[in-house]
Amino acid sequence: MNWTALTVFIIFFIFVTVLGFYSARWRRGDLNQLNEWGLAGRRFGTVITWFLLGGDLYTAYTFIAVPALMFGAGAMGFFAVPYTILIYPFVFVVMPRLWSVSRKHGYITASDFVRGRFNSRTLALAVAITGILATMPYIALQLVGMQAVIQAMGFHGSGLVGELPLIIAFAILALYTYSSGLRAPASIAIVKDLMIYITILVAFFYIPYKLGGFGHIFDAAQEAYAAKNPPGSMILTSQSFFAYGSLALGSALALFLYPHSLTGVLSSSSRNTIKKNAALLPAYSLVLAFLTLLGMMALVAGVKVNSANDAVPQLFLAMFPDWFSGFAFAAIAIGALVPAAIMSIAAANLFTRNIYKEYINPNCTDQQESKMAKLVSLVVKVGALAFIIFLPLDYAINLQLLGGIWILQTFPAIIIGLYNNWFNRWALVLGWLVGMVSGTYMAFAAGLKSTYALHLFGFTLPGYAAIYALVLNFVVAIVLTFVFKALGMENGKDETVKEDYLTAS
Amino acid sequence: MKEENSQKKKSNYWYLLLLVSFIAITWPGLYAFDEPRLFGIPFFYWYQMLMVPISALLTGIVYFKTKDE
Repeated sequence: MNWTALTVFIIFFIFVTVLGFYSARWRRGDLNQLNEWGLAGRRFGTVITWFLLGGDLYTAYTFIAVPALMFGAGAMGFFAVPYTILIYPFVFVVMPRLWSVSRKHGYITASDFVRGRFNSRTLALAVAITGILATMPYIALQLVGMQAVIQAMGFHGSGLVGELPLIIAFAILALYTYSSGLRAPASIAIVKDLMIYITILVAFFYIPYKLGGFGHIFDAAQEAYAAKNPPGSMILTSQSFFAYGSLALGSALALFLYPHSLTGVLSSSSRNTIKKNAALLPAYSLVLAFLTLLGMMALVAGVKVNSANDAVPQLFLAMFPDWFSGFAFAAIAIGALVPAAIMSIAAANLFTRNIYKEYINPNCTDQQESKMAKLVSLVVKVGALAFIIFLPLDYAINLQLLGGIWILQTFPAIIIGLYNNWFNRWALVLGWLVGMVSGTYMAFAAGLKSTYALHLFGFTLPGYAAIYALVLNFVVAIVLTFVFKALGMENGKDETVKEDYLTAS
Repeated sequence: MKEENSQKKKSNYWYLLLLVSFIAITWPGLYAFDEPRLFGIPFFYWYQMLMVPISALLTGIVYFKTKDE
């Protein structure tokens, strides 16, 4: 057991726990309203939104898994950088429209919007279910990030005893999310982000200094990747170009369809807050790029690992004094709490608004609605915990991969829906279904990998399965819309008007 | 993808700046090289890292030029 690291770790953990419970009093609102509990009253300005979205999008799992990919495969792992570059111009253009229309009509979820735009309960249900399905494994994977650092500090017990630190951490998280809602992760995100910045900046300059400089690291990495089986590569090879580009683009388009990202957008106080953040959030992308390269440094440093997920924690232990490793581990573990809290709130909002209120208890009061969401946020977290403790880790990883493919299939309804209501609602439902089924099929056919080798006109083109599925989805939705229109089927009544998408407040 | 406000039509061309990052980063054939290196970092890596602040800067310019009043 590494006592120094553990002590530092626990001190920071206690600090954010206290902070989480106190957040309920911050900009106090009536937490019996879903708008207050689940979106913090839509009052977050530029700075808080920056911390909140930064803490929300750059998760502990990202911090463990992306360098792990770099550690294992080389250049392919760097796709996270173009991915995060592509996100923000997209957010800048599209998300202010969603913010405006949601403010105008009181929408809390993307599913609320789709229901209002296309007047289709079925389509709204499809969007809600996709969101919940994609989010659940993502929450579970936050625990994997936390697990990696807890084990690095020397907890190796087996069975429930070994999982005890994880259970305690998650129980605390569940309680303050229940009591404080979105205000809790927002205040914790500030602490977490500062800690991550310190850790990564120190690591990015100190570790190369200890390893003999960047030139040496990349040269040594080149040899190390070539020696791997299967070999990786330090510079991307031409047969991977399309896979790299389509992974970056597909992931970028998918990110802001996830319920937890939308929660971050909808809780901000104005359109300009979102636009400003599209220019300011890339600061995190730079940190992510540095972090990704740590995976390569771990390879060069020759750290011993059981799984690639241990690469960065073990690199820290090998390079840093124990107290700083403890600080870095606390940063990663707290980094798991923020997105896990926001994701569970987002999933709870979806369930409550678009399943409970829509199908189970249409006449529920605001208070019942808020209470239901709080309870669901607890259930979601217990479910995620059980998932990680009782099922093999691969299940969660594979489901998260599938989740990325699935969530992109809501693109036509949500994103194109923000621009026009040309699509027929049933055509969108069927397009979604084709996208979901074909995407899942491709992922399984590829052996649960995200890149699928498409055979077309004698060429083989490995690319991101989510993008291929989205193309099919669009084709079906467009063709069927023409068919349905020709048959004289009418679109549902649109409750929004053009100006709703542009209003500034 | 532009704001449907006739008075703003002119300023909408600023949005085209956002396409620059898209073109510069989506096709790795443009930058998957080892040389030239910068501080020992291969071109593949420093080019993509440099595109992060450049893209942020472009987004910032578009923000100031198209700001909602």
